[in-house]
Amino acid sequence: MMSERSYPAPQPNTETRVFWDAAAEGVLKIKNCRSCFRAHYYPRAICPHCGSDQTEWVVSEGVGEIYSVSVMRRGEGAPFAVAYVTLDEGPALLTNIVDCDPDSLAIGQRVRVAFKPSEEGAPPVPTFTPSGD
Amino acid sequence: MSLRNRAYIAGAFEHPTRLAPDKSTPQLHAECAAGALADAGLSLEDVDGYFCATDAPGFGPISMIDYLGLKVRHTDSTEMGGCTYIQHVAHAAEAIALGKCRVALITLAGRPRSENVVRFRPGAPEGQFEQFVGLTNHTSYGMCAVRHMHEHGTTSEQLAWIKVAASHHAQHNEHAMLPKVVTVEEVLESPMIADPLHRLDCCVTTDGGGALVVVAPEIARSLKRPLVALRGAGEATKGPSGGLGLDLTTSAAARSGPAAFAEAGVKPSDIKYASIYDSFTITVLIQLEDLGFCAKGEGGKFVADGNLISGTGKLPFNTDGGGLCSNHPMFRGGITKVIEAVRQLRGEAHPAVQVPDCDLAVATGIGGSLGARHGAATVILERQ
Repeated sequence: MMSERSYPAPQPNTETRVFWDAAAEGVLKIKNCRSCFRAHYYPRAICPHCGSDQTEWVVSEGVGEIYSVSVMRRGEGAPFAVAYVTLDEGPALLTNIVDCDPDSLAIGQRVRVAFKPSEEGAPPVPTFTPSGD
Repeated sequence: MSLRNRAYIAGAFEHPTRLAPDKSTPQLHAECAAGALADAGLSLEDVDGYFCATDAPGFGPISMIDYLGLKVRHTDSTEMGGCTYIQHVAHAAEAIALGKCRVALITLAGRPRSENVVRFRPGAPEGQFEQFVGLTNHTSYGMCAVRHMHEHGTTSEQLAWIKVAASHHAQHNEHAMLPKVVTVEEVLESPMIADPLHRLDCCVTTDGGGALVVVAPEIARSLKRPLVALRGAGEATKGPSGGLGLDLTTSAAARSGPAAFAEAGVKPSDIKYASIYDSFTITVLIQLEDLGFCAKGEGGKFVADGNLISGTGKLPFNTDGGGLCSNHPMFRGGITKVIEAVRQLRGEAHPAVQVPDCDLAVATGIGGSLGARHGAATVILERQ
């Protein structure tokens, strides 16, 4: 098993507050564009695919698969797994895969979001864990 | 308008130090500037354009211009990570072509072994969504390698050959930090840093720096140095950009490279020597594919069995030992890539690694983080 890392507090701003308020409730939110109908992550006010400001918050199922993964073997908190996870809604996001044997992880493996506490009074962060699917 | 023959690299200097506890960072910049100007046969008062990036201490280019005692009419502090100085060569040529300056000085220096260097840039829009992940370059490039192995069957042995080739060159470089020749087995037996990258898949960390002097054609012809012309240049950036279509096996060099070759009017098969940014072994492999030296996915086969070793392989690369064995000053290998290309084109590389009749070379680099957001810059240089 990997050791438990401590996570720095994210710094929400007015553009991203909704995301972190949802995270505090254990919900992963991403952005959809009402103009080009494509989703994106990390969330922005303006769609990075088409430039429209008609973006809206939607709830992600929080499940997807590992696109690539590398296990850090050195330094504080090692070993820990850094990965891109491709959400079922389309966008890939950079995250950690937690609560598992890092040597067991592979491309294509199914994972689900697992929010981990950061600092006192700050929102939790969206890590992922193998879903066993 | 093309940049071809609009500017020439008249001066190139690599600081010999790899550990500089007794010098300041501005001092290293100044020593590099003096070295490159002396190499060109020019002096500080000839410089009318100054190019630097965020390794230059102080406020943009202004502090260092004042420190060096320059009087310039053109400045450029474009920042694109480690490949910036390759990009600066092209930007200097653009400025020279437009008559904005005639003698452009580019400097890089830093002391990451001797002082704490701040690399995190607060306020990046992705920061709050990614900082917690603990991504370093090791895992960033590691994910690229894992994905490349998954899609194309690339092996750790093939990646190790890149380090082996660099070490064969480094043994002839008296300033190389790691001058010992290593084997594939030694690379694979070195400690794992971030899967699948071993310690010997990673470049060195060094104090030091370098400088380049890019000049207008009439000035180049008035000097006593061989004529090394910029023949073509390209630059590009790449990132997850919202997360759709993520592809970690192709870099921004897939756009900067072809743009440079198109402007130069030459093909990869015309290249006699290649300086390829080598922060990690995988960085080299992906760029070789992206520049068209081999097809996507064929990089592993291309680099194996010593194909990058000068004198025996088809594509001599990083004949100074590169960042993998010689020097990666201030975490940035861009300027040393141009400097070794200039040495090769002048016929001034070490005789053991000098490419015969070397009249066309490429220098290409990645800046930022290959697995996240990065830039790429490519120049084609020609001996005339």
